[in-house]
Amino acid sequence: MNWETLLAALFGNSHEVKRDGDLLSGSAEFNGRTLTVVGTTNHAAIGVELALAQARVVLNTVREYPGRGILLLVDTQGQRLRHRDELLGINRYMAHMGCCVELARRQHHPVIGLVYDQALSGGFITSGLMADACYALPEAEIRVMRLPAMARVTKIDEQRLAELSKSNPVFAPGVENYVAMGGIRALWSGDLKACLSAALLDASTLDARAADGAARGGRRLAAQVTARVVNA
Amino acid sequence: MNRSFAESTARERVTHLLDADTFHEILGPAERVVSPHLALLGVPSAFDDGVVIGSGLLDGQAILVAAQEGEFMGGGVGEVHGAKLVGLFKRALVVQPAAVIVLAESGGVRLHEANAGLIAVSEVMRALLDVRAQGVPVIMLIGGANGCFGGMGLIARCADHVVMSDIGRLAMSGPEVIESSNGVEEFDSRDRALVWRTTGGKHRYLTGDCDVLVEDDVAQFRAAAMGLLGQSLPLSLASMEAEHALLASRLSRYGDCRDALDIWQRSGVAEPLRVADMEAGQMPVLKALNPKELA
Repeated sequence: MNWETLLAALFGNSHEVKRDGDLLSGSAEFNGRTLTVVGTTNHAAIGVELALAQARVVLNTVREYPGRGILLLVDTQGQRLRHRDELLGINRYMAHMGCCVELARRQHHPVIGLVYDQALSGGFITSGLMADACYALPEAEIRVMRLPAMARVTKIDEQRLAELSKSNPVFAPGVENYVAMGGIRALWSGDLKACLSAALLDASTLDARAADGAARGGRRLAAQVTARVVNA
Repeated sequence: MNRSFAESTARERVTHLLDADTFHEILGPAERVVSPHLALLGVPSAFDDGVVIGSGLLDGQAILVAAQEGEFMGGGVGEVHGAKLVGLFKRALVVQPAAVIVLAESGGVRLHEANAGLIAVSEVMRALLDVRAQGVPVIMLIGGANGCFGGMGLIARCADHVVMSDIGRLAMSGPEVIESSNGVEEFDSRDRALVWRTTGGKHRYLTGDCDVLVEDDVAQFRAAAMGLLGQSLPLSLASMEAEHALLASRLSRYGDCRDALDIWQRSGVAEPLRVADMEAGQMPVLKALNPKELA
């Protein structure tokens, strides 16, 4: 979904979200409260500048607007693959973005992630996956790698991967796989306003994803292994 | 005598990092907690899924430790591997050790379990930050031959402290990935000197992304970790603003640099061309000459 269409569906005319390059940022009025909206568009490659810019929006919200909800809009092709970004320490910039989201959650800001177009690899980890909960539109695309590339790297036959992916959500692209594994809380369709309203009410600092993944059958071992380590 | 960190196995690193005979493994190989997904793909499993976790003493103080085995699937994070790390951090909330020490060696997400690995990385980050919030220091030790990349590179920078050897590497994307995506002109992965001065311990130390630099020696990693016990750096708005200012400053000062040599020279490092030949032990002196310029 196009970001402008999405914002209209969520907020009608009651928002001041602007695009600056691949960065989306601004505020929106929702159910009588103001939300901060921040994210990316154009399948953005997250480089040092974009990570820093998003972090700035989150920090400004924590600093100036106690308790304000934050909506993270995810559309990324992953981290930018450039020598310059590695030279400058892009992992630190991206981790900073993730830590800012965590700070916001800790400071009682409800943080909701929404994958509205594409969420790939590292760019997804430090934004939507750090939220209280991350949701996705049904048509969104979430993956680490496409099957042909995965076949090349792992040296496993692509046909075999395709066959196995029908019953195993653990490696193949697909938004449903992330729902099955608990990484995505739910898909949003129909009345997006109602979806956002429910998400804000449901926001919790507890990480229930492994338990969700087990209950849904997509990630059977994570929660129990974690529990065994804690209780050993 | 020196014991090479890079050439040691995960268990050897843990054994020699901790006080003698104090390591107690949790979910060791005998428990057979393996990945169910690898067998489906016809790929051999490891009985510990490539990560050793447990408890022990360091300088007489109780710590929790995790060590990734780079020889198994490049140390990649899958469902079980990730869950062991998450569990260790959650355990730290209960037992309140003097530190949680992670010997990181990983290419990031294990492709065979890509989706589970991606989610696991974010779960580890959340659990790690919970531990930091309770004042338990998280110390990352990076010196394995495979380096610390991808999701693990993100996790490393969520820790309180990072210790690296001069041959260790810390980055987001590996040079091979960048080369395959954007060509050899972008990043020549066969240029070892370039790779090390871009992602290696010395550059990370000079820029402040590595807090302590050591030789490729388990004893030096041990000494560094001992020195960091009890040193917690809580996350706060003030600390995040300081981090933001540092990162913004770095970008404005060096954003147009095309090589680490340019960054070192511009920041005032004496004789940047000799950095590659220097011993790790010489780096603190070099850095002290210009403490404010680099980090």
